[in-house]
Amino acid sequence: MKEKIQSILTKYGADQGRLMDILLEIQDQFNYIPDQAVETLAEGLDLSSVEVEQTLSFYHFFTRQPAGKYAVYLNDSAVANIHGRAEVKEAFEKELGIPFNSVTEDGLIGLWDTADIGMNDQEPAAIINGAVFTELTPAKVKNLVAGFKKGAEIQDLVEQIGDEVSGPAELRTMVKDNLRLEGAVLFSDYQIGQALKDAVSRSPEEVVEEVKASNLRGRGGAGFPAGLKWEFCRKSGGDEVYLVCNADEGEPGTFKERVILTKLPKLLFEGMAIAGYAIDASLGILYLRYEYRYMKAYLEKVLQEMRDQGLLGKDIAGSGFDYDIRIQLGAGAYVCGEESGLIESLEGKRGEPRNRPPFPVEKGYQDKPTVVNNVETLCSVVKIMLNGADWFKSLGTNESAGTKLLSISGDCEKPGVYEVEWGTSVRDLLKIAGAASVQAVQVGGPSGTCIDPSQFSRSVAFEDLATGGSFIIIGKERDLLRDFVVNFMDFFIEESCGSCGPCRNMNVILRNKLLKILEGGGTRIDLDELYTWSLLGKAVNRCGLGQTAANPIITTIDNFKGLYKDLIKTDAEYLSTFDMEQAVAESCDVVGREPKIHAH
Amino acid sequence: MNTSGKLKFEIDGKECFAEPGQSLIDAAKANGVFIPSLCHLEGIKPAGSCRICNVKVNGRNMTACTTPVADGMVVENNTAELNEMRKTIIEVLFVSGNHFCPSCEKSGNCELQALAYRYQMMVPRFQYEFPIRGVDASADHIFHDRNRCILCKRCIRTITKDGKHVFAFNGRGGEHLHVVMDDELASQLSEAEAQEAMEICPVGAILKKEQGYVVPIGERKYDKVPIGSDIENK
Repeated sequence: MKEKIQSILTKYGADQGRLMDILLEIQDQFNYIPDQAVETLAEGLDLSSVEVEQTLSFYHFFTRQPAGKYAVYLNDSAVANIHGRAEVKEAFEKELGIPFNSVTEDGLIGLWDTADIGMNDQEPAAIINGAVFTELTPAKVKNLVAGFKKGAEIQDLVEQIGDEVSGPAELRTMVKDNLRLEGAVLFSDYQIGQALKDAVSRSPEEVVEEVKASNLRGRGGAGFPAGLKWEFCRKSGGDEVYLVCNADEGEPGTFKERVILTKLPKLLFEGMAIAGYAIDASLGILYLRYEYRYMKAYLEKVLQEMRDQGLLGKDIAGSGFDYDIRIQLGAGAYVCGEESGLIESLEGKRGEPRNRPPFPVEKGYQDKPTVVNNVETLCSVVKIMLNGADWFKSLGTNESAGTKLLSISGDCEKPGVYEVEWGTSVRDLLKIAGAASVQAVQVGGPSGTCIDPSQFSRSVAFEDLATGGSFIIIGKERDLLRDFVVNFMDFFIEESCGSCGPCRNMNVILRNKLLKILEGGGTRIDLDELYTWSLLGKAVNRCGLGQTAANPIITTIDNFKGLYKDLIKTDAEYLSTFDMEQAVAESCDVVGREPKIHAH
Repeated sequence: MNTSGKLKFEIDGKECFAEPGQSLIDAAKANGVFIPSLCHLEGIKPAGSCRICNVKVNGRNMTACTTPVADGMVVENNTAELNEMRKTIIEVLFVSGNHFCPSCEKSGNCELQALAYRYQMMVPRFQYEFPIRGVDASADHIFHDRNRCILCKRCIRTITKDGKHVFAFNGRGGEHLHVVMDDELASQLSEAEAQEAMEICPVGAILKKEQGYVVPIGERKYDKVPIGSDIENK
């Protein structure tokens, strides 16, 4: 074992900065990170063993106990639940005779919960040894388990291919694209490589100016002007500059990058090269979320094709511009979608967002000026170079130029990916997705806004309802608070990096208060407190996660107060949650007595 | 005071001066203004993790430990709104750990307890979580009591042996994150280093073994004057 670990370490030059890759290989090799690995890595990287554990314990897909030769990670997002996750979970548990979050005695199969894996349009879905299995049913579970027991290769258990006609066959995945609407920017026809050739024939400053003039804003959610970000980076100067593409879409309900990455990878890589040229970078890094590792080999192949075509590598289009791209896999952490958390992860550390200043454009990856752009943003750049800033601005609204790729899921007939102009109304989106009888729409994912039908004439735009791409439709038959708000709060509690005290602790308090109300133990005071306490995070926390984690509660109290009012007791000012029997249960257990409080 | 080459700024209407590059929290201190914090240590790269030093800079919330002073900054610090926010954060820390002051060796020297007094915390309005956390007594000179840990990262950032960190985070999120001690490295710390570690810890999570109540209760750092008085009365 030690030799194997040592050779993995040597492969990455015993470089602490590549700790993510090292740990990924070890996890793949042994199905967990053994004590021996922690010890060997600590020694080889000149760290204490608690420092090695500090990084690995941050990521969901690194485990210190064997995860199973077949490790089943079943998505537990709210949308998976409404599409029958419970039956699938039960089927796995029944087939194997073990509960979730444990491994069969022989170590063969492990069952694990996992946060949103970007498959909301084809739930219930699971990741098993890197491959994605979609639209699971109890019958499919039976087949899978039979395959595991026979020792089948995971790829051989993929029976149906998602998009045999349109999808890249070499992916051999069950994942469907579900691309329902192709819009004017991302999915319009174009000549691969043309934009890059045009760009390198101009000066980097001119490229920056063109993107600035287009008013392109970051598609990850925050909406920072992309051209301005590039300009700030240029102003930081320095001999080493990096371009990072954020493909860590982890906001529950977002899966649009999944489709770009498999349908338009060359568009993305060309965008990365243009951005790299604009900021004088020679290396671009694609940070790919672990959940999408099934496409990594395919993307590597596309990169090689582009090198062969002279679109990456040395002296691109005879311009003297050298540029290449490498792919870095994540290992399961929502907060790594925050750009500075992502950079920390790239450096082989915990993905804790950094303090600002300095901003990544001043000190980013390896403390060098770094631009982090979203997948969709970089794809838009290519079309801006081809068609011009004015064309781009003619689409969308005044403050939100261009189009937006939305991931629509939940209670509708046609879940999938839609490219629409910014400014499209919620009502129109519900119509094209085939949604009737809608109780609420969660725009922008759990960190966004939950709106009620009176607001369906509002539009998707930075100046109205901002979204990084998530659009979850919640039908009238759903229990909004129990099925969605509680699930979202549990998600944030789990995904908080934990660095900021108020984010780490307050969300637990809020979730528990919400449960108190849901269990019928709440009064008007509880509801008032729930709302007031929810406002703390926005004011005091460091990053977007901590500032928006209470949004599921805030926006449902704002827009669905009736649901809460129906739950609270009006005949009491205060209801205690203290349970004497529970409080003394442990001590009674020690002395072997029954807790019979009311008997005395 | 020689103010040439210094940055001029304002905290709650008081004119202040700072060295270029100085953090707001350190500059405030030098000007006799107390900004509370549980994670900051002067001279060490700020963590910005406790969030208690949140002030308003030109109307925006910023942590004073991570914000360098800029010329002309207008800072709000001692306001009802900010003090209420600080009190809330402190209360949240109390209910999220197991803090029983009367039986804690650090009582009177504890910064969490002292801030709770300063911001007049009575009974916390939040439900106690009573989390189950462990005590690690395996090192020669240190007790590590996670019940009292507030995860401020002071020990993580500063306490090393041969360049290796003795303390580190483990896990993540609201219910699993904790600080662990490297037992092997911790055992190599001398008694003096153990004492230093205890003093770096703002609460009673790191204690030096085989010593207790050297200074009696009633005569400790914050027993007679509120935390921050030394800065304000300078």
